[in-house]
Amino acid sequence: MLRKWKQQSPYHLMLIPSLVLVFIFCYIPFYGLIIAFQKYNPGLGFNSPWVGWDNFTHIFNQPNFVRTIWNTLYMSVFKIIGGIIVPVIFALLLNEVLHSGIKRTFQTLVYIPNFLSWVIMAGIMLDILSSDGIINTFLGVFGIAPISFLGTPSIFPWTMIVSDIWKGFGFGTVVYLAALTSIDPGLYEAAVIDGAKRWKQTIYITLPLLMPTIVLMTVLSLGNVLNAGFDQIYNLYSPVVYQTGDIIDTYVYRLGIQQAQYSIGTAVGLFKSIISSVLVAVSYILAYRVAGYRIF
Amino acid sequence: MIYDKSMSRRVFLIINYTILLLISLLCILPFINLLAVSFSSSAAVSAGSVTFWPVEFTTKAYEFALTGGSFFSSLWVAIQRTVIGTLVNLVLIVLTAYPLSKSKQKLMGRNIYMGFFIITMLFSGGLIPTYLVVVKMGLIDSIWSLILPGALPVFSMIILMNFIRGLPEEIEESAIIDGAGPVQVLLRILLPLLKPALATVGLFSIVAHWNSWFDGIIYMNNPDNYPLQSYLQTLLQSFEQIMLKSGSDYTQLLSMMNARTGRAAQMFLGAIPILLVYPFLQKYFTKGLVLGSVKG
Repeated sequence: MLRKWKQQSPYHLMLIPSLVLVFIFCYIPFYGLIIAFQKYNPGLGFNSPWVGWDNFTHIFNQPNFVRTIWNTLYMSVFKIIGGIIVPVIFALLLNEVLHSGIKRTFQTLVYIPNFLSWVIMAGIMLDILSSDGIINTFLGVFGIAPISFLGTPSIFPWTMIVSDIWKGFGFGTVVYLAALTSIDPGLYEAAVIDGAKRWKQTIYITLPLLMPTIVLMTVLSLGNVLNAGFDQIYNLYSPVVYQTGDIIDTYVYRLGIQQAQYSIGTAVGLFKSIISSVLVAVSYILAYRVAGYRIF
Repeated sequence: MIYDKSMSRRVFLIINYTILLLISLLCILPFINLLAVSFSSSAAVSAGSVTFWPVEFTTKAYEFALTGGSFFSSLWVAIQRTVIGTLVNLVLIVLTAYPLSKSKQKLMGRNIYMGFFIITMLFSGGLIPTYLVVVKMGLIDSIWSLILPGALPVFSMIILMNFIRGLPEEIEESAIIDGAGPVQVLLRILLPLLKPALATVGLFSIVAHWNSWFDGIIYMNNPDNYPLQSYLQTLLQSFEQIMLKSGSDYTQLLSMMNARTGRAAQMFLGAIPILLVYPFLQKYFTKGLVLGSVKG
């Protein structure tokens, strides 16, 4: 035992810096979660008075909160659906391009928005979506009156959904293209001998073989269903569209940090965190069962 | 793939190329528009006559962007943060991934360590408790508040760990027989072999650090300490506030338009570093996806 320890001690020593930092910045905050059950007072800190489940009942009695959950689910579900369909279609179309240089150029162009922060993307969107921005100028050519994409509650969620898919589909395309290139060309040759045209080949060979990747990507995104995109929405919303645009994360931020209601904000965060971690765990298990994919 | 030269195939290809070109343009044109706006006069921008080419070419916006506000100081903070943050990430990733790549027998308590790190991927204390810890550590207004809480990116660590496991064991065994200890094995034998994997996770870190804005806003009380993206974010917010308040106030509208070209210039400057390293990034990110899918 002692000899074993001597042999292994360098490994354990190497782990110490990470263990300490993760303990401080990830595990001590777990302890901080107790303020969700207290009436937090910065002067008293963690010795603030206990209130049990009061903060949670208070939140659930707020009409905005249920609305916030609904908005979160609404936007993230459509983002997930679009985030699967668009890259799959784009990858299928791109796969028909045989010239590798052209293929790579298209791929490079659609991948660019992935690398920019939502701050920069929001700057671009504010500009192109403004009443005299390029999109409304373009629509004006067809006699369409300027649309306030970011200031109309009924349109705002769709502005978020479409722009999120726009920013992210290049990444998905790369994943699906990688899956497509691994399909055995012999299958297509056999199909041609059997008289199958491109369309039939796509339906009967390409799509079924792409299915495991599609299922895997869908399952993995399920864990994120409560993350409707804080960076994006926070940078683009305004009080005008709170009723349809507010998601759990932006709500926690406004309540917890801006209005300094630490206990309430933490309670909302805890609620979200528990449901999210269950969803992530379930989706990882599903990914393993359905697609044989192991994260760890 | 078998080549098909029929008429319908040709028609399909023409339509396909058109669709791909349109979608790719949708991803790149907003940036070109932003660039055009940044080089146009504010009068032309407010008249909505700028599309993809500067109207009444001027570099005024860039003069404003570079002299006005704290662009340079926040650029410097962002550079420091990205360099130090990425180095810290890489050191901790290596120091953690190497011991954890060992089997249970060679590292006592390996599964406990692994669980300790993985839990932080699934569950977090949330925004407010983490914020309180950073405050308690006295890191407010220090660049370390942007680096230490995320010092170990667990996902990247798992990628590297799987990469090490994929290396032939004989390399390490022969070094040990020659009398090398774990530290020598890591530094002399493994590090050179890990270069491609380190490039991948290093680039993940560079992009993440460069693009982060939210932690800068909450952990820095003094706006002079904001990294670039946080500073750009405050520009967005002020723009939005003017937009909401302005209504029909014409003078304010004019000043807003000046802000609009200036903001476009600063947004573009903020995007340049990522756009410059982007060609390298794409190569490694694609590789990273492949590496990440090699599961141990």
